[in-house]
Amino acid sequence: MTKYSALSVFLEGLRGNKSWSRAWRDPEPKAEYDVVIVGGGGHGLATAYYLAKEHGITNVAVVEKGWLGGGNTGRNTTIVRSNYMMPGNTLFYERSMKLWENLSQDLNFNVMISQRGQYNLCHSPGQMDAARRRGNVMRANGIDAELFDRAEVQQRLPYLDYSEHARFPIHGAIYQSRAGTARHDAVAWGFARGADQYGVDILQQREVTGYLYEGGKVVGVQTNKGDIKAGKVALCVAGHSGHLAQMAGLRLPIETHALQAFVTEPYKPLIDTVISFGAAHFYVSQSDKGGLVLGGDLDMYNSYAQRGGLPMVEHTLASAKALIPSLSRLKLLRHWAGVMDMSMDGSPFITKTPVDGLYLNGGWCYGGFKATPASGWCFAHTIAKDAPHEDNAEFTLDRFNRGYQIDEKGVGPQPNAH
Amino acid sequence: MIRIDCPICGLRTETEFTYGADATVTRPAMDETATQPWVDYVFNRDNPRGWHLEYWHHVQGCRQWLVLERNTLTHEVGSCRLAREVDHEAS
Ligand SMILES: Cc1cc2nc3c(=O)[nH]c(=O)nc-3n(C[C@H](O)[C@H](O)[C@H](O)COP(=O)(O)OP(=O)(O)OC[C@H]3O[C@@H](n4cnc5c(N)ncnc54)[C@H](O)[C@@H]3O)c2cc1C
Ligand SMILES: [Zn+2]
Repeated sequence: MTKYSALSVFLEGLRGNKSWSRAWRDPEPKAEYDVVIVGGGGHGLATAYYLAKEHGITNVAVVEKGWLGGGNTGRNTTIVRSNYMMPGNTLFYERSMKLWENLSQDLNFNVMISQRGQYNLCHSPGQMDAARRRGNVMRANGIDAELFDRAEVQQRLPYLDYSEHARFPIHGAIYQSRAGTARHDAVAWGFARGADQYGVDILQQREVTGYLYEGGKVVGVQTNKGDIKAGKVALCVAGHSGHLAQMAGLRLPIETHALQAFVTEPYKPLIDTVISFGAAHFYVSQSDKGGLVLGGDLDMYNSYAQRGGLPMVEHTLASAKALIPSLSRLKLLRHWAGVMDMSMDGSPFITKTPVDGLYLNGGWCYGGFKATPASGWCFAHTIAKDAPHEDNAEFTLDRFNRGYQIDEKGVGPQPNAH
Repeated sequence: MIRIDCPICGLRTETEFTYGADATVTRPAMDETATQPWVDYVFNRDNPRGWHLEYWHHVQGCRQWLVLERNTLTHEVGSCRLAREVDHEAS
């Protein structure tokens, strides 16, 4: 396996880029593994990588029904941040932020982390108070946060609508300077290559259709291309968590919903940061190719279809225009949707399940991309030690039985409202 | 765009309605003291990939709550009934 470096790029360039080795193998499955991970998105691949790297567990397979990163990993709007304030979330997401900051070096793969900062706009005095409280909790935990008033925001983001016609007046913003974006596909590829180097088998085009049991314990998976035995089976299937849990007779505090994203035609550099509208669910950043990446709200009804409805297209573009009037004549190049595991409190699960031998990583809602490194790191710990790390100790299924929901937004058990 | 055949107003587009919730969960008896039945009712869902019974509110029409049959994988729409009649049949 070639180590990537400036020198290797230069030398390969001289040789016409003909002798790069492939980044990961395409092996035939073994009959049995210590751990089988279901789902080859960022979370599944990161789990495999950290199982090998941190715990020396290398007899591992990642089973993916399609291609690597073809799920939400390749469909998301790539925002990375750690501005959470509920106990249980705060330090977990900060662990992820810290892993991001060194991930390209660790993986020897450029994940193009760009800490361009993120603004959450506030449109009322009440929102400013809430932002101040969030910022204080973050800073008390050693996470960077700044509060800006309207004048400061106007100076930094002059292209927003500050006129008296603005539908939602801008009162200020809370800003995290270490937040930003990363290259989504590179995250899947980097973790895949890293895991493969430790000997992890990545098995694509193979769908898990059921489980193998021995006396009530899960001891493997059935796939459309034959059975694979496993000491432990770990689910990382994002929007399909409910479906794979159902095969094991579990009902989860999760509903599956579709979320859309949009990219415009390329445009000269305009937005050098990430901006989230506080009045409607809308956010925007600009990709390195120049396209504006726009995100909106859920379609609101349960959906496993990886395509969105038109009402949310209109909602997102209306929000975009309300916030940045100069976007009005940009054309959309593409739009798409991913299906997300919306949990009942908006927070995730990294946990053992009531079924012996079955482990669950899910409930990421629309915020799981930023969690990818820490999610893999904590899930690997949970699988290897059969106990959670303190950073994912609250991400259990039984928090609902105990009354300890982690509800950042305080909206209650309504999955489409988080 | 999903179109829903409201028993009162006829065929209308999705934007007139608000999605409610899963219509298959039933509240435990009020004297139920065990935790699990309440957790199952409030939090846990079948979340099927396929046909789903769900509440919709015709909020910009007749303002009735409806029970719609809809396929979560294809977005195909099936029967649509008034929620109060469905509840009546069930009890
Ligand atoms: C439009 C959109 C925008 C988003 N924006 C952001 C954002 O800006 N920031 C952020 O932090 N998060 C964002 N998210 C959320 C984020 O993308 C997800 O939470 C995260 O990617 C989930 O991680 P994953 O890698 O586990 O999922 P996935 O990449 O979806 O991986 C799951 C994999 O499991 C596979 N699978 C499913 N069933 C089976 C089976 N039976 N057998 C084998 N394999 C199976 C799937 O094919 C898939 O590849 C967004 C999501 C969407 C859809
Ligand atoms: Zn009606």
